[in-house]
Amino acid sequence: MVTVAVALVPVVYLGVRTAEAGWARIAEELLTVRVAWLALRTLGLAALVTAGCLVLGVGSAFLVVRTDLPARRAFAILAALPLAVPTYIAAFAWRSTLDGFEGFWAAALVLTLCSYPYVFLPVAAALNGTDPAQEEVARSLGRSAWRTFTGVTLRQIRPALTGGALLVALYVLSDFGAVSIVRTDTFTRAIFVAFDLGFDRTGALVLSSVLVMLTMLILAGETASRRRGARYAHLGGVRRVPARLNLARMRWPAVLMLVALAGLSLGVTAVSLTHRMIQGASRPGAWAEVAAAMGNSLSLSLAGAALTMLLALPLGLLSAKAPGPSTTLLDRLAYLSHALPGLVIGLSLVSFGVTLAYPLYQTTWLLALGYAALFLPLAVTAVAGAAAQAPSILDDVARSMGKGPLVVLRTVTLPLTLPGIGAGAALVFLTCMKELPATLLLRPTGTDTLATELWTHTTVAAYAAAAPYAALLVVLSSVPTWLLTARTGILTRESSK
Amino acid sequence: MSVQAPKAVVALVASVLALGLTACGGASDNGSGTSAANEKKITVYSGRSESLVKPLLDKFTQQSGIVVEARYAATAAMAGQLLEEGDRSPADAFFAQDAGALGAVAKKGMFAPLPDEIVGQVPETYRAKSKEWVGITARSRVLVYNPDLVPKAELPTSVFDLTKPEWKGKVGVAPTNASFQAFVTAIVVQHGEAKAKELLAGLKANEPQIRDGNGPILEEVNSGKLAVGLINHYYLGELAKEQGTTPDALTAKLHFFPNGDSGALVNVAGVGVLKKAAESPEVQTFVKYLLSADAQKYFAEETFEYPVVSGAAPPAGVPPLSELRVPTVDLNDLDQLEATIALIKDSGLVP
Repeated sequence: MVTVAVALVPVVYLGVRTAEAGWARIAEELLTVRVAWLALRTLGLAALVTAGCLVLGVGSAFLVVRTDLPARRAFAILAALPLAVPTYIAAFAWRSTLDGFEGFWAAALVLTLCSYPYVFLPVAAALNGTDPAQEEVARSLGRSAWRTFTGVTLRQIRPALTGGALLVALYVLSDFGAVSIVRTDTFTRAIFVAFDLGFDRTGALVLSSVLVMLTMLILAGETASRRRGARYAHLGGVRRVPARLNLARMRWPAVLMLVALAGLSLGVTAVSLTHRMIQGASRPGAWAEVAAAMGNSLSLSLAGAALTMLLALPLGLLSAKAPGPSTTLLDRLAYLSHALPGLVIGLSLVSFGVTLAYPLYQTTWLLALGYAALFLPLAVTAVAGAAAQAPSILDDVARSMGKGPLVVLRTVTLPLTLPGIGAGAALVFLTCMKELPATLLLRPTGTDTLATELWTHTTVAAYAAAAPYAALLVVLSSVPTWLLTARTGILTRESSK
Repeated sequence: MSVQAPKAVVALVASVLALGLTACGGASDNGSGTSAANEKKITVYSGRSESLVKPLLDKFTQQSGIVVEARYAATAAMAGQLLEEGDRSPADAFFAQDAGALGAVAKKGMFAPLPDEIVGQVPETYRAKSKEWVGITARSRVLVYNPDLVPKAELPTSVFDLTKPEWKGKVGVAPTNASFQAFVTAIVVQHGEAKAKELLAGLKANEPQIRDGNGPILEEVNSGKLAVGLINHYYLGELAKEQGTTPDALTAKLHFFPNGDSGALVNVAGVGVLKKAAESPEVQTFVKYLLSADAQKYFAEETFEYPVVSGAAPPAGVPPLSELRVPTVDLNDLDQLEATIALIKDSGLVP
């Protein structure tokens, strides 16, 4: 309940502010052709990017997990690494590399290249973890390899697929960095512009409420597509590695494709950053400043990840162990603020902090709360996924042996869920490091992080001074990314080699 | 087999925790940890970039012994934060990028009037009539051009000329930028709403090259991708600094619209003091410092903006403020933004 309350702070704030505006103002702001176009374009972008991420994510996960691709582990890390690159850095790099790189398709390209790991990671883990028996049965009954893949494999990894796709779609709704740099007018950009144009809070917040409605639409779609009860997790003692497809002549084209993908998603950014760093005359501050920013980034993200996990744990366990309409509702509510731009989350917590929690205002804890409101779904998904794979029969056995519920939680459920919690924490940590608008509004006065330093230097065109912060941000983010990749099980060597 | 991952997680968490704790410990030391009673401290919200403002604040602390806790964000977001905080804002002063933002906060009655000895230093043009804010530096709107693409002789004498066919597809514009809005407001004030509407429609019809900010426009003009663009004059200095050269050595040149044309509007960055700090001598010392010869010189040299206090030398590479034929626009009118915003939105130049 507390968890959902945190996620709802921004939504309540929006409701209050929007109601203050009055119906006339709301109608004037919303019932326009412009808003209709914005909604269409935003949903279109979300759909396109999600589809792109599904193709790239599932494709690369399949190649890495299920084929005899050379250097599979290296490719697994490369496929996860774009998660470490903030979209505003990637979009900026593309824009300064290619003339006239702007508009809807440009935004779709950058967002797809930055977000496909959201699909790749869970799908790779699912492909690695599913029991190959079903596929073997399908093949032995005469189904072709392709029909087995679409009919059996995809169905097995469906929860991972839809979970990843949902995160991508919601991310696209909330993204500001990429769309503003390549100039695509989505709702989030319109919200920021409304703020910049005459500090129009009311207009911006009324527009944000539409974003919440779009989120509900996407959530409803995802919920409807879920099918209950069909879980095929393999729970035996010895896990069997699925047979790898022999790529034969397709081996090198596949390698080439993955290299090209890495080049587009990481190479362009890396080259452009290096170029800026060499060309510019500005220099970053003393190493002490860089180190302080790094320390702050790490400690703030850690606080954010810790609080988010603490809040996500009960909700995640509940949705895995006690599924039902009310649990689903709670789970869905946690997603509502995920698609809101950081600026709106930031302002809502400014308002909350000033009126209700003044002692917390401009402390690490209110910022951590902001991170929790933004990134709760990332954590809940990870916990729920892990808890679902820990068979509840074990809990039941423990209970039947007379252990109290807390003891069961401590000795059975938590240890089994721990890897999932670790993965969720790593993902939230990573996302907190990259977050900018809410961080700027909520951080303790005088606290600089890597993201804020990056922002401060790029606003005055001091790109060379900004580059080390960008590089450090990407390098530090790659540690949790590596952990996430390791968690999928792709990196472990087969015992029977 | 999957034992490694959790172990690694524990190791990471432990090391990060250690780092985080040291960072927290460090923060509380230079914060309110020591003798809070006799330490003089003020809180400033800055809508201006940290890399520009922080060196100046450090100098101020060195000279006065007053510690400045500064918060940095974009001017619009900072104004939003102040309005949201209302009376409970921890801020003592707001240092904003433009007059419009100061006007928006002043309108909510959050600023206290400044003493005459402070506002008296600044020409009336560059401060609030109500004395609720005072300009610190000034900047001119200019047309930046690439001499290889547009010979000097062919430059327009009025910003209104940019809607003519010969400029089709050649003009860089950043309509979401606060300075662009101030410029449109200036046209409304000078020539009325109809004329402003006409200009925006004309610009829109002339296939403008819309960019996210002034910086990208300047970069593209300088590299020859764009012929001309509407920006603020000091961006040239910023780019020169980043390229390790002088403004004069860049390819891009500045064109100041002559004869008091609306295209040459001069806007300010300024400061307002919040009501709760009205009586604070430290805050007044701070505002006085921003107008001191020292600080004014710093702005001219480091940010390439015009000093507003007489006697300070202008930035390099531009004509002095006194020689500019600026349009007669009262900056106090720039807070009447609603009409401007409606105009810009209706023009279709922004989402």
